[in-house]
Amino acid sequence: MRLANTSVAVSDERAHTAQSLSGDAYATFIHDLYVEFLIMDSHHSYSQVKGVSTGTTILAVKFNGGVIIGSDSRASMGESYVSSKTINKLIQVHDRIFCCIAGSLADAQAVTKMAKFQLSFHSIQMESPPLVKAAASIMRELCYNNKEELQAGFITAGWDRKKGPQIYVVSLGGMLLSQPYTIGGSGSTYIYGYVDAKFKPDMSLEEATQFSTNALALAMGRDNVSGGVVHLVVITEAEVKHVVVPGNKLPKFHDE
Amino acid sequence: MHFTVVFSGLSGVCDRLRQARVRTPAAGSFSNVVSVKMATVLQFPASVSTFNNYNDLYPDWTQREVSTGTTIMAVEFEGGVVIGADSRTTTGAYIANRVTDKLTPIHERIFCCRSGSAADTQAIADAVTYQLGFHSIELDEAPLVQTAASLFREMCYRYREELMAGIIVAGWDPRRGGQVYTVPVGGMMTRQPVSVGGSGSSYIYGYVDSNYRAGMSKEECLKFTAEALTLAMERDGSSGGVVRLAVISEQGVERQVILGNQLPKFSTV
Repeated sequence: MRLANTSVAVSDERAHTAQSLSGDAYATFIHDLYVEFLIMDSHHSYSQVKGVSTGTTILAVKFNGGVIIGSDSRASMGESYVSSKTINKLIQVHDRIFCCIAGSLADAQAVTKMAKFQLSFHSIQMESPPLVKAAASIMRELCYNNKEELQAGFITAGWDRKKGPQIYVVSLGGMLLSQPYTIGGSGSTYIYGYVDAKFKPDMSLEEATQFSTNALALAMGRDNVSGGVVHLVVITEAEVKHVVVPGNKLPKFHDE
Repeated sequence: MHFTVVFSGLSGVCDRLRQARVRTPAAGSFSNVVSVKMATVLQFPASVSTFNNYNDLYPDWTQREVSTGTTIMAVEFEGGVVIGADSRTTTGAYIANRVTDKLTPIHERIFCCRSGSAADTQAIADAVTYQLGFHSIELDEAPLVQTAASLFREMCYRYREELMAGIIVAGWDPRRGGQVYTVPVGGMMTRQPVSVGGSGSSYIYGYVDSNYRAGMSKEECLKFTAEALTLAMERDGSSGGVVRLAVISEQGVERQVILGNQLPKFSTV
């Protein structure tokens, strides 16, 4: 029986305490770490690994004829390091279906890769473009069955022939819900009031674009782990259009 | 900062233990590993967290402090200030008071909006009311809003470890007109044209940022405050009830209450 080479990243406080240990105390520390490493094999993830996380703001809104799905572009590590200024959190899982992710970037990428594969397989079997609900259901299955290990939430939005534009949100534990508009990520808390007040059903494309850009700009202005540029994807029956609003073109508000 | 420990077979652990001058079994012997695993797989690691501290025999409000998880807001306009608050005080999941008045008079034309621990904020407000009254008598004129805010700040900063209080001080004085000062948890003080506070305030930062304009009239400020508080009350579980508003100006203080069925309505999801 051999253990493979493994490294276990430890949080800052533990690292600090470890550096000051010696002798028996150090042996105990290593022993405890080893125990946690063993226990990590089992069902629970006592994950001390603080990897790259998308502290983020994501939203999706239905308008007359399509959906807009949007996000900021910042990926952060811990609270104070921006590991990417220009990451794209809008992932295409099929021709007219997009996903955006909030939470652990690694988890989100793994889930969306799996979902993309399963969805394309399903679409080939059915010999027709998949339903948005099918895509969302696949994400929900993955999130629900692996809820102990995963730390990511998703917004799935798109257009299909059966029901037109739709938005589904899959939350952390694996709940699936359909909504006319939805926001997510750490920056979303600051814009609940704004989107509740400003959303109208059946908006035009221009109104919906303004709504999304404003909401994301406001959230980026208040949340320090959201920022960068605004990525918007407009999905309609006819086409999929990716719009990027750079920092200097974002709307400014009263105190800026 | 990352501190990595490499577990490469038993030898890695052995090396570190050797450095620590602990006796280790000979390399290649796995009995230690087996016994460690058997002995410790049944142990809970130190970092396990308990998710539910109370059992169902005792309702949670017997173990929670009374808190004004809340939404409070104050806006300056030409000639005065508009202040507003929700009316919910909670003890855990129980609403201890659903018609609370969180707009507390400190002096004739100076009010404070209280958020955080109900006990702490009441005690601080009482102390500041006394100090400010005394100061005003000594001065023989109306006190400045900045003075009231400074007294709050002194107390909140000095006793920051013991207190949990977020306060917005707002009022009118003859020297500087309508002013809003915010004294959040920790004891900072700053003047702002519009300020929101309490647990529900997170949800309305976006709304307030986009809708506030300098130079609004008194009616516009009242509408703005009522709408912002309503939006926060809809999203925050610790805020709710009625909206209490007050306008403080040279003429005095006018108070009003907006009941639940009269609150502004927004499109529902």
